[in-house]
Amino acid sequence: MTMRRLINLKRVEARRIYLTYFIVILAYVICQTMSSTKFLSSSMRGMLVPICAYMVMAVSLNLVVGISGELSLGHAGFMSVGAFSGVAAAILMQNFIPFAPVRLALAMIIAAIFAAIAGFLIGIPVLRLKGDYLAIVTLAFGEIIKSILNNFYFGVDSGGLHFSMLTDTTRLLKGGRLIIRGPMGISGIQKISTFPAGFILLIISLMIVFNMVNSRSGRAFMAIRDDRIAAESIGLDITKYKMIAFVMSAALAGAAGALFAMNYSTIVANKFDFNTSILILVFVVLGGQGNMLGGIIAAAVLTILPEKLRQFSDYRMLLYAIILIVMMLATNNAEIKYFLNRLNPFKRKETEAE
Amino acid sequence: MKNKTKYVTIPSQTILPERDASRDPVLECVNLGITLGGIKAVEDFNLTIGRTEIAGLIGPNGAGKTTVFNLLTKVYQPTTGTILLNGRDTHGMNTMQVNKAGIARTFQNIRLFKNLSVADNVKAAMNNDMRYGLMSAILRLPNYKREEIAAHRRALKLLSIFDMQDMADVRAGSLPYGAQRRLEIVRALATNPSLLLLDEPAAGMNPSETAELMDSIRKVHEMFQIAIILIEHDMSLVMNICEGICVLNFGHIIAKGTPDEIQNNPAVIEAYLGRKKEA
Repeated sequence: MTMRRLINLKRVEARRIYLTYFIVILAYVICQTMSSTKFLSSSMRGMLVPICAYMVMAVSLNLVVGISGELSLGHAGFMSVGAFSGVAAAILMQNFIPFAPVRLALAMIIAAIFAAIAGFLIGIPVLRLKGDYLAIVTLAFGEIIKSILNNFYFGVDSGGLHFSMLTDTTRLLKGGRLIIRGPMGISGIQKISTFPAGFILLIISLMIVFNMVNSRSGRAFMAIRDDRIAAESIGLDITKYKMIAFVMSAALAGAAGALFAMNYSTIVANKFDFNTSILILVFVVLGGQGNMLGGIIAAAVLTILPEKLRQFSDYRMLLYAIILIVMMLATNNAEIKYFLNRLNPFKRKETEAE
Repeated sequence: MKNKTKYVTIPSQTILPERDASRDPVLECVNLGITLGGIKAVEDFNLTIGRTEIAGLIGPNGAGKTTVFNLLTKVYQPTTGTILLNGRDTHGMNTMQVNKAGIARTFQNIRLFKNLSVADNVKAAMNNDMRYGLMSAILRLPNYKREEIAAHRRALKLLSIFDMQDMADVRAGSLPYGAQRRLEIVRALATNPSLLLLDEPAAGMNPSETAELMDSIRKVHEMFQIAIILIEHDMSLVMNICEGICVLNFGHIIAKGTPDEIQNNPAVIEAYLGRKKEA
């Protein structure tokens, strides 16, 4: 049986999924005990929630880039839509729902819905394009979202909700509150994001993505990625499936944005610029396209690394860049890969069979 | 109408009608033509295919055979003429809709979903038969499990036609060449077509593989009772299994008929071998 020697994809895939869940849960338990026993420095403890948010971003972008095969350079845009709508919702709910975790959960759901709507609207023109053109247009839309939010005013008073663009013409009644103040963003946010909440969001998004990938939709995404013409010829609706992936990814990014924003007291639209989009893309590429665990690990490493390098202040970005390059070269080198595979007890058998 | 869940082996005792094109055609092309970059790639293409006919489309390189397939599957929109599929005009349809209406095809240069497993390649083609929604998939509801199991069983059954059920979990791109070609046929069959278009199924195969393929095509034809059109350069294959043959040259049909008629047709011999020198 020559086929025996070929790698059994199903087994590899299942093993990878369980390994991902296992490592995420293990990492959570370790971090949680370390932070409750004051073993973790306060700066590290402050980074736990942003790391979770970036991990969810990496998972969600992986759905578009790795699974569906489209390069999206505007993912921070959806994150900012989620951040602003989620925080605004949380502020509006402040008086009705005093219990913070419920408020956070609802805010994240609202953020996901708003980001999904944004994803759908942007998806209509963007998904008509392919390859590089799609990447450039998503970049443009990311910038558009940023400048809209920079000029958006939103307030609430006894007369209801008020919106305005460019200048503040909401004319709130006395006792009203201007929530989104254009370029000043939102300030006075209650920090209700917690590390457990971030962990739960990460597990939920992993579940959504893994279960989706192993369903008929996931097969359709990957079929379209591998061969568009063949996918059409077997009756797959390309636009529909690309839209599902794009909207789902935007929704997850929105929830992550809400989590991220509610970890700070102030949030501005400029935080979610092109650099953030690229950073998230770097997580995905460094972790391996389509590899969720890799993206998660890359998100953690690349968020902690700049902080840890702070003592080398002047050379910080230089070192960061060098580490990136070395990692890319190392993981793409066949000999190093072979060496690493030999160390891995799961993969040793496969390496020897080759 | 077409039964969506057909595929189950109908042990074929039914005798294939001699030529049922005139009674109940699955495909009718009338004056089909396309102009590509100012060149009339196909012109005046008239062809009728019976419900259970195996037809061959042959001709020298560049004659427009694959273009005809691309017209039938709407990869190109024809500039003139009509295509009737099961009596329905396919005007304005796209590739996806044509597939839903009943045409499935393979490709000359293999187009598999290389990073998917063999079984997933087949199951991707069954996508339109599955009913469960995104939510059942994410929450792993019972109907997800039921339909996935049914699809997997059906995929294995289809793969077993070509003796490929053991390779179900292997990455499609790592299959040997012949198996990739066979997998493409299985994938096309998984969409429940009433007309199967095979674009050079035996390309790059050795004689024994070709003979095996010939048996498989016959088996598929008997099991599914569908019409098959194949483009092929291997004349032994074409002459052996086709009931009708259509010869194209420079975008025009130069001959139509049974294998015997085609073999002795002077226009065909000229197209393939050139004119005999007068001397």
